[in-house]
Amino acid sequence: MSTARAAAIVLGKELRLEFRARELLTTTIVFALVIVVLFSFAFDPTAGESRRYGPGLLWIAFLFAGSLMLNPSFAREQSNSTLDALRMAPVSPFAILLGKMLANLIFLCLAEAILVPVFAVLYNISLTSVVAPLALVFVLGTLGLVITGTVFSAVAAHARMRELLLPLLLLPILAPLLIAAVETTASLFAENPALDRAWLAFLAGFDIVFLTASWLLSDFLLEE
Amino acid sequence: MKSRVPITVAAAALVFFAGYAALFIAPDERTMHEIQRIFYFHLGSWAAMFTALTIAFIANIAWLVTRQPRWDWLGVSSVEVGVAACTAGLITGVLWGKPAWGIWWTWDPRLTTCFILWILYISYLILRGLIEEPQRRATLSAIFGIFAFLDAPLVYASNRLWVGQHPSPVIMGGKDSGLDPAMGRVLLVAVVTMTVMMLIVLVDRYRLERLRHELDELRLAAESGSSSPKPLAAKELL
Repeated sequence: MSTARAAAIVLGKELRLEFRARELLTTTIVFALVIVVLFSFAFDPTAGESRRYGPGLLWIAFLFAGSLMLNPSFAREQSNSTLDALRMAPVSPFAILLGKMLANLIFLCLAEAILVPVFAVLYNISLTSVVAPLALVFVLGTLGLVITGTVFSAVAAHARMRELLLPLLLLPILAPLLIAAVETTASLFAENPALDRAWLAFLAGFDIVFLTASWLLSDFLLEE
Repeated sequence: MKSRVPITVAAAALVFFAGYAALFIAPDERTMHEIQRIFYFHLGSWAAMFTALTIAFIANIAWLVTRQPRWDWLGVSSVEVGVAACTAGLITGVLWGKPAWGIWWTWDPRLTTCFILWILYISYLILRGLIEEPQRRATLSAIFGIFAFLDAPLVYASNRLWVGQHPSPVIMGGKDSGLDPAMGRVLLVAVVTMTVMMLIVLVDRYRLERLRHELDELRLAAESGSSSPKPLAAKELL
């Protein structure tokens, strides 16, 4: 079976699982919303200030939400030893990893698609003119987050205190991604929005570097 | 280890000589004067850190490829030593920053990169502490170590792009930059000293990790009531 087809099957399984229970997505959205609301008490949410702090605030909220949301990705395979069953399937370990990455990408992008408009309303920023480039930035940024996050979710699944460990491993690694994502988002939040292509390229570069590393290391990551 | 005492004595002599050279042989710096003399050990710490972390990166890959426990021992040992050297570099940097720049800390690309690296490798050590099974601990921490090492240039590049304007590096910074030849020689002595110091500590730390491993094996053999326990190799190590 090709890697793409195997990954699609894993993706289908993850989506079915989530849309039957809907626990992960709801919790993530509400959690990110809580952060966004709390920030409004920490900063003065006038339009000018929001343009300055908004991108950083949004990405911090998504990074925190993501680092919590990615935890069950591998942890919930453990209660019934279902990861062993997945490993027994005659597919490459990267296919399992890729399927989970894509599922997490879809979950987080869905959460973002709901939260960014809410943020724009709460913080008085008009984003209607930049929907398409903004979507591109969020997809590329979230991709980097889920690539490293899914790998580290598999790492942390075998450790004690994994809920605390995953953010600890993930957030420092994401420092360059945070800078690039905040800068590109800020270029679109400005009064005269113009997509910053250099930073967008950096985001894509981050994704490529870590996707390649995940592909090379997936055999070791998911071994018995 | 018969050679251990002479090597340690030689390293101690080197440390004294490097300290003497930094304080008395190196010429006075034009604007910072005496304060600048911390520079030799500051840069020496970074040289030691980068050497240690590069060794860790190679050891991490070697573990995944060969599965020989010694690469795992080398990996954790060099990360620990690297974190210590990084701490020395950060502290000397902060001490130097206050009188030279008037501030303890600034979010310059190099400072930020080293700080993030410090956090990443401390996370590596925490991760190792939280995984029980030795094989799995070695593999998963090696994967994390490889990711952390790959992240370093990205952190640097992103900060360099982000800050935009920052003072260019003095060494290999451009045609107008460079060191006085006498300063260069003292710097070389300091860099070699710190790296040798790091390597000596690394060798000792490696030996400790190996002894721990043997102890675990012996304990396991004793608990399982094995009739033919492994011969005590620990004796020859000490």
